[in-house]
Amino acid sequence: MKKITLGLVAIAVSFVILIFYYGLKTEKIYNTEELVGKSILEIDLKLLNENRVFNTRELTNNDFTLINFWASWCGPCRKEHKHLVYLSKNKNIKILGINLKDERSQANKFIKKMGNPYYLIASDHDGKKSIHFGVYGIPETILINKDLTIIKKYIGPIDGQDVKKILSLVSE
Amino acid sequence: MLSEVGILFVLASTLSSFFLIYFSLTGIKRKNNFPYKKIRNLSLLQLIFTNLSFVVLLIGYIFSDFSLVNVYENSHTTKPLFYKISGVWGNHEGSLLLWINILVLFSFLFLIKNRTVDKKFQLLTLIFQNILIIGFFIFLITTSNPFSKIFPVPQEGLGLNPILQDPALAIHPPLLYLGFVGSSIYFSLALASLICKFDGKNFARVAKTWVLISWFFQSLGILVGSIWAYYELGWGGYWFWDPVENSSLIPWFLMTALLHSILVLEKRENLYLWVIVLSILTFTMSVTGTFLVRSGILNSVHTFANDPSRGLYILVFLSIMIFSSLYIFYKFAPKEKKTGFELFSKEFFILTNNWFMIFFLITVLIGTIYPIFLEIIANEKISIGSPYYNTILAPFVIPLLLLMSYGPKANWLVYKPTRLKKSLSILFLSVFLIIIFIYFTNQKNILINLILVSSIYLIIQTFLDLLKNLSKKNFPLYASIFSHLGFGFLIFFISLNSIFSVEHDFNIKIGEKRKLENLEITLQDLKIYSEKNYKKFVGKLMIFYNKNNSVEFLNPEIRIYDQPKTITYEASIKSDVLSDTYVTMSNISRSDFYNIKFQKKPFMNLIWFSAILIAFGGFIRVLERRIK
Repeated sequence: MKKITLGLVAIAVSFVILIFYYGLKTEKIYNTEELVGKSILEIDLKLLNENRVFNTRELTNNDFTLINFWASWCGPCRKEHKHLVYLSKNKNIKILGINLKDERSQANKFIKKMGNPYYLIASDHDGKKSIHFGVYGIPETILINKDLTIIKKYIGPIDGQDVKKILSLVSE
Repeated sequence: MLSEVGILFVLASTLSSFFLIYFSLTGIKRKNNFPYKKIRNLSLLQLIFTNLSFVVLLIGYIFSDFSLVNVYENSHTTKPLFYKISGVWGNHEGSLLLWINILVLFSFLFLIKNRTVDKKFQLLTLIFQNILIIGFFIFLITTSNPFSKIFPVPQEGLGLNPILQDPALAIHPPLLYLGFVGSSIYFSLALASLICKFDGKNFARVAKTWVLISWFFQSLGILVGSIWAYYELGWGGYWFWDPVENSSLIPWFLMTALLHSILVLEKRENLYLWVIVLSILTFTMSVTGTFLVRSGILNSVHTFANDPSRGLYILVFLSIMIFSSLYIFYKFAPKEKKTGFELFSKEFFILTNNWFMIFFLITVLIGTIYPIFLEIIANEKISIGSPYYNTILAPFVIPLLLLMSYGPKANWLVYKPTRLKKSLSILFLSVFLIIIFIYFTNQKNILINLILVSSIYLIIQTFLDLLKNLSKKNFPLYASIFSHLGFGFLIFFISLNSIFSVEHDFNIKIGEKRKLENLEITLQDLKIYSEKNYKKFVGKLMIFYNKNNSVEFLNPEIRIYDQPKTITYEASIKSDVLSDTYVTMSNISRSDFYNIKFQKKPFMNLIWFSAILIAFGGFIRVLERRIK
């Protein structure tokens, strides 16, 4: 009896230790790598300056779409903006801006001052829609293709290297 | 320079452990002429080495010697002296050194306080203690060296996380470590006792003091941590079921169970194996808690720098500990003598206490580690919060409270008929009080009302017991009465607090007034002050109560620390015996508005007082044993 009880305890303990061991090896840093290859959801979004609703399904009309999550109050967004403006000159790619938790007037002021790289600007005033894209903070940028499949996802501001990478991806 | 000296002391202390094990082993083999003096002196020398290593690190912090990576990463020249000192254990490496210091101190104290016990038992315990000491030293040296150097030496340090710069948090870790590490002694005692077939009664006598000491400090440590969370985190809560809080609560449940069942062993020579299991489990759970907190496997407010190699080391250490204990138990555990006892005898109540504690333990343990299991097995992320704990634990508090009112006065072995009439009248009184309470407050939650009834019942019963036994000078009885009374009050006030807490959250500009149900809040002014290592924005809030036309002023702060650049929100709390007014203020970027969180938290001071009363019971017991 003692043998059996202790044996069972030993097995249970081994199991727990094994789980802890694998737990140690899993990545704890926020990572959305697994989203690459999956499709984005079809979601209705309000447009910032037009009184109509836009569905992400419409993005199938573009060869490639870069979805950029930004806000006027976000410092790093300011930093990456010039790269977006540069990218917007490329014909293969359309940039959809999703303005997050922002005031409309402030957002427009930002665009007026910094330039408008977006072919459409949607508004996610309370930040709930962006969750469906796996976005927690801004700026984040998602590159999708015609089938709405995510090809690349950037957390934080994009830089010159990222621009090169994006351009090479959309020219293939 | 400091780095070399520190490492030298650490190595010397580790070496002492090897010698202590060697001398103890040879001491066991010798029938007589046991080298007690030699071992004691070596143990003292080890204590001095270990303490000196701590002093070296302390000097590094006090004089801001940034040649030590640890000081550079966690301190700053402008930090007040008090926080330079507490900064020593405000990080992983330093706190591990403190942990080892306590471990060595306890081993030494065990040796000199138990001179008269059986030699083999004493030496075996010492061997196990030193194996633990070596294990922790290797952990320190290989993965968490507080004496690592940095070159070129930086001019300035990075600073200590401002939320850790708090008096309560300066004493919270040392108190908890006294509890955690205290349990190492009875872990070693239990293994030694199994091997040398020591008799249960004497084992209980030796172990009991350590159980009491660790329980006392663990209780205080949890309390101080809770007070810190209340004052510093700015959410107005005092217990969050955070995995790290849980890791301190789990050993506490075991210590509480042990505290009770060890009495049965001491008085009745019963439950020997159960007590041994609890003793081993308590320290094992303490180390498991350490693993959960420091490996980074869980995410919580207690962020230690995460390093998988550390986690791996503790995991290996933990596995060795558990499997060796299992083996020793398998090899040496004697057959338990079956001695019966009646229903409602003292043994019955103590065992019931133990089952409740184990139930609480399992609930909290599952809540803490289940998210890890789910993520590994099903790749799903979940977070388990207070609804889970409250739903499962709360109903079981009711029978526990009722049983607790009888335990201390029950007789050993046999059932002592209680005066049913008296018990029933107290029960009716408690129910009557709650009916009046419901009439006035319209509080309809049945569960909370039942908890209130049973806590009032426990309070009245225990209070009457205290009055009855006042002239007897029975200190062990007083100890349990105080702790049980404290527990009754704790549950009572927590329940009332949960019913009557009020919270309002709104945005306001300077000069604006906000009307709420029975009061008006005005943000009158905002002033900026410069302190030694931070700037603070102090709001002046006027609260006007319509009910009695009284006015109260509160001054919540927004602090901007220089090193590291961090913003913290200091709650302003007006506290009196019956209620706290709790206000935090935060700025809203790019606007003139400030977010105000206004809370009324009743009975907070009485909650703290109840917890102190619980610990006080343990203190009486320790004191009584010392005097004896």
